[in-house]
Amino acid sequence: MREKTLQCILSFHNTVDALQMEKLGKEKDLSGRLIPLPSVISAGCGLAWSTALENKESTLAACKEAGLEPSAVHEILF
Amino acid sequence: MIYLDNAATSQKKPKEVLEAVLHAMESMGNAGRSTHEAAHSSTKTVFDTRVLLTEFFHGKNPSHCIFTKNSTESLNMAILGSLKPGDHVITTVMEHNSVLRPLYAMERQGVELSFCALDEHGILDYASLEKLWKKNTKAIVHTHASNLTGDLVDLEKISTFVKEKSLLWIVDASQTAGVYDIDMEKLGIDILCFTGHKSLLGPQGTGGMLIKEGISLRSLSYGGTGVETYNEDMPLEYPNHLEAGTLNAHGIAGLHEGVAYIQREGITTIREKELSLMEQFKKGIESLPGVKLYGNFQEKKRCPIVSMNLYAYDSAMVSDELFTRFNIATRAGGHCAPLMHKALNNVEQGCVRFSFSHFNTEEEVAKAVEAIRILSEEG
Repeated sequence: MREKTLQCILSFHNTVDALQMEKLGKEKDLSGRLIPLPSVISAGCGLAWSTALENKESTLAACKEAGLEPSAVHEILF
Repeated sequence: MIYLDNAATSQKKPKEVLEAVLHAMESMGNAGRSTHEAAHSSTKTVFDTRVLLTEFFHGKNPSHCIFTKNSTESLNMAILGSLKPGDHVITTVMEHNSVLRPLYAMERQGVELSFCALDEHGILDYASLEKLWKKNTKAIVHTHASNLTGDLVDLEKISTFVKEKSLLWIVDASQTAGVYDIDMEKLGIDILCFTGHKSLLGPQGTGGMLIKEGISLRSLSYGGTGVETYNEDMPLEYPNHLEAGTLNAHGIAGLHEGVAYIQREGITTIREKELSLMEQFKKGIESLPGVKLYGNFQEKKRCPIVSMNLYAYDSAMVSDELFTRFNIATRAGGHCAPLMHKALNNVEQGCVRFSFSHFNTEEEVAKAVEAIRILSEEG
């Protein structure tokens, strides 16, 4: 397995919000991508947004401006 | 992309399925609503598919083949439409949430639930069924195969129990319809729920249920049926009793061709190819450092699924890396089967599921084995 780095991972209440995040990322040219929701966050089905830790504040600011509320924000190795 | 996520949905479909859906969308009217050419074409397609599926599952009456959008809807209709407060139901820890959540909803209304567990070998503990039975046991509801491990439930054993106790028997065939021949009549299954988009090779949004004659379900939805316009309630006769509103005839046209393809190719031929690919993959990875497999591979009669974990890595990491580095599509995480993850003790890690189609090739499987070998070696 490749070396894991500390990532900022945003989970969402539902898939619609996760896809809104991806759409927002494209519109605002945010660095990051959708990943399968890590089981360490929640043992459930789902998608999450992963971005480098240094992008955390800009990503959250873009979410706030767009009215998109992540269910949680995590800093984990991925 | 090497697509190994066929237990979620089969991606590659026979070309006849695609052509049928396109033709239907270009030509069909609304089934059962008129007799003009466009409407009749739709009505006939829906009818032909009811007949085909009834034969395919060895049912008796095509009127008792009900179309829904998937197994989940069928299971909701079967469970919520048959149970009442005070009833007791036996189910298993192998279930998908499509069975569990409707059952939990009924539990909140006063239905009692008991769960058949796995034994020390990870096999369903059939011997415990007798102990789970109560005087108010109304039904047994269970999957034919775990969507997580591919392990089958022995329908013959359940059939014997059901007949002894005169139970209502609801089977979730999401993972097995199109993989194994299921003889409703011989086994005595009361309600068989299936989805169209997995091994039946049809489009998403298709599915249904076959209901044995004499079994009555309460309707959960109300609306137009094309018959008995002035009746304020749903018609009592199947299939109209359970089919409110316009059917997905475009999708059903595709489902017809998916089933017809399986009949032409042979369900055994298809399954043997899939199990051969599964075996190739399993043999290729089972002894690699860090690989842990789930499921009973001693039993040759199973679904073409291999679920695994690598060292202590989160299954999402492994699945993500398989896709981003090797272009291999799998499924990670919780798989909507909470009790099975608990039974297998992998709630925290989830697991990575590889599921095979007969459209996959040995070369694709070899690449998947090599990918796991590389990940294993990297540690």
